[in-house]
Amino acid sequence: MSVISGLGPGLPQAGLGGDFWSTQASNITLAVIAIVAFIAVVGIIMFGADMVRGRLRDKVQLVVLITPVLALLLIGLIYPALDTVRLSFTELVKVPDEVTGINTVTNVFVGLDNYIFAFTDDTMFRTIINTVVWMILVPLLSTGIGLAYAVFIDRAKGEKVLKSLVFMPMAISFVGASVIWGSIMYSYRETGNQTGILNATLELFGLEPISFLTVQPWNTLFLIIILVWIQTGFAMVIISAAIKGVPPEMNEAASLDGANAWQRFWSITIPSIRGTLVVVVTTITIATLKVYDIVRTLTQGRNSTDVVANKMFVLSFVEQRQELGAALAVILFLFVIPIVIYNVRSLNKVKETR
Amino acid sequence: MATPAPAIPDETKESRPKTKAAKAKENLTSPWATAAAIIIAALWTIPTIGLFMTSLVPGDRYRTSAWWEVIFDGELTFENYGIVLFDSFGDNTTADPLLGNLINSLVVTVPSVVFPLVIGMMAAYAIAWIPFKGSNFIFVTIFALQVVPLQLALIPLLRLLGPNNLDVAGEFPGVWIAHTIFAMPLAVFLLHNFVAQIPSDIIEAARVDGASHTQIFFRVIIPLSLPAIASLAIFQFLWVWNDLLVSSVFGSTATYPLTYPISTLAGNYGTTAYLVPPAAFISMVIPLIVFFSLQRYFVRGLLAGSTKG
Repeated sequence: MSVISGLGPGLPQAGLGGDFWSTQASNITLAVIAIVAFIAVVGIIMFGADMVRGRLRDKVQLVVLITPVLALLLIGLIYPALDTVRLSFTELVKVPDEVTGINTVTNVFVGLDNYIFAFTDDTMFRTIINTVVWMILVPLLSTGIGLAYAVFIDRAKGEKVLKSLVFMPMAISFVGASVIWGSIMYSYRETGNQTGILNATLELFGLEPISFLTVQPWNTLFLIIILVWIQTGFAMVIISAAIKGVPPEMNEAASLDGANAWQRFWSITIPSIRGTLVVVVTTITIATLKVYDIVRTLTQGRNSTDVVANKMFVLSFVEQRQELGAALAVILFLFVIPIVIYNVRSLNKVKETR
Repeated sequence: MATPAPAIPDETKESRPKTKAAKAKENLTSPWATAAAIIIAALWTIPTIGLFMTSLVPGDRYRTSAWWEVIFDGELTFENYGIVLFDSFGDNTTADPLLGNLINSLVVTVPSVVFPLVIGMMAAYAIAWIPFKGSNFIFVTIFALQVVPLQLALIPLLRLLGPNNLDVAGEFPGVWIAHTIFAMPLAVFLLHNFVAQIPSDIIEAARVDGASHTQIFFRVIIPLSLPAIASLAIFQFLWVWNDLLVSSVFGSTATYPLTYPISTLAGNYGTTAYLVPPAAFISMVIPLIVFFSLQRYFVRGLLAGSTKG
């Protein structure tokens, strides 16, 4: 700890008192202890299981290996998901106690009320529609641009550098990306010269600047572009690997038959990488569904930009209407059920052929 | 950021009998394709460069001048980084400097990478190599859980970690547990895909020699799976470092990582708006370093999970 506090002097001190450093030191210590203790416990249990002799040993070891993951999933995902479904059919009602008159809060079963509200209330319905637009546009645009770029730069000079440039946003947080687009690209000023790159460009061509984040309904599209910017690199890298897996002989044979680049692309490349394209679209769709950071950071859902993931957070943790939030979460899940079914089926097909 | 980016590995080098020049000629022949590629590359790079340049604009010029004008005047400064990291972020009197959130990010991230990796590795081996009833069902369930939006689990899990039960919500252990749980499906899935491809001869030979599952796990599986472990570690590192949702729900002022203060101030157009770009850039430096130095493994992990099924 003395080493850490030794860094103090020489730096601007306003926010960094002794308290600051002692808190940080104890936090870091906590993390180190947690990791060491965790590994020690796992190690001891594993070697404990190894001490068992005889026929029982395999069973004990199987239990030791698989129990943690099952426990975590049951406690942390399956039970909570089921509980959310239950919650979505209820409503909190305040009932005054007959004797004291003090309100007690109880959960009452209300059937589909929360769902009906979600689909009839204007802002709620708008939120659902926006989410559907995100789920359609983000996978399509990311995969489309990723595919085009992968094809354009395939075997080009400097391919690796070109790939890295487009792949880089993958490492940037959604919050960081939102700041980049909100205050660097989309920034808008009513008077004076424009400091945002896009508006400055518009100005350069003598066009009117646009208030990207408030102009409806296009603002949703401008938010979507941010996620496309993040996800395209992912799509591009995977598609590029798939393209390189297409046997070159097929392309050579086709060009001998007189097929041009465009024909080869449609009748050889695309069919050969169809499986990969499906995986990429699926993965990006699921990621899109969960994204709330961009909306939360840039618009907080104002000007009709809200999406289900953000609305559900606001309902559950700000407005304390958890039942309505739960209903939205279930709606979110219903959107992906077709994807789950499709993927489990194709997974089983792959397993059968193995 | 001045170091050149290490390139993404080329997975199929050996399957290219033709000379590079001939191949290049054959493909990038259309000038339109070249132009489109250059435009895409520029569009994908300019925003980040713009952020870095903007982070160097002094506070008194942030509101009125764009960074390219400030460059011209030679007024770019690294001062903002000092203010954000060590002095205060957002509010000159009460808000903590970002250095605290930077350390929080590390304290949140490192255990949240280690825990799911260890647990996921154990499960991956058991599912792939120990024959037992229901192993296929468990694998398919875990696979399907990948697509459960974690919003569906937030409220009950928070109740479980909250004051009436485990009482770790708002503290680091609560955040670690939440991240570990949410990472499990992907971790088991990716590691299983890799572990299942280890040649069965190796494991059968070890079994014949009388090795127990624990011994095989430590002596065979772990050493052979290091590439998969590395790629998942990077994946999980980026995911946890960049997370906002889990840390806002399960954390508190004492645990908030970098993403939290940045997200709350990003929509703030007050006097401290000029501190948001340097703060955002600070939040990107560590993942970008991890990303570019370990990109090779990261890509390999992505491919293992997505092209093999």
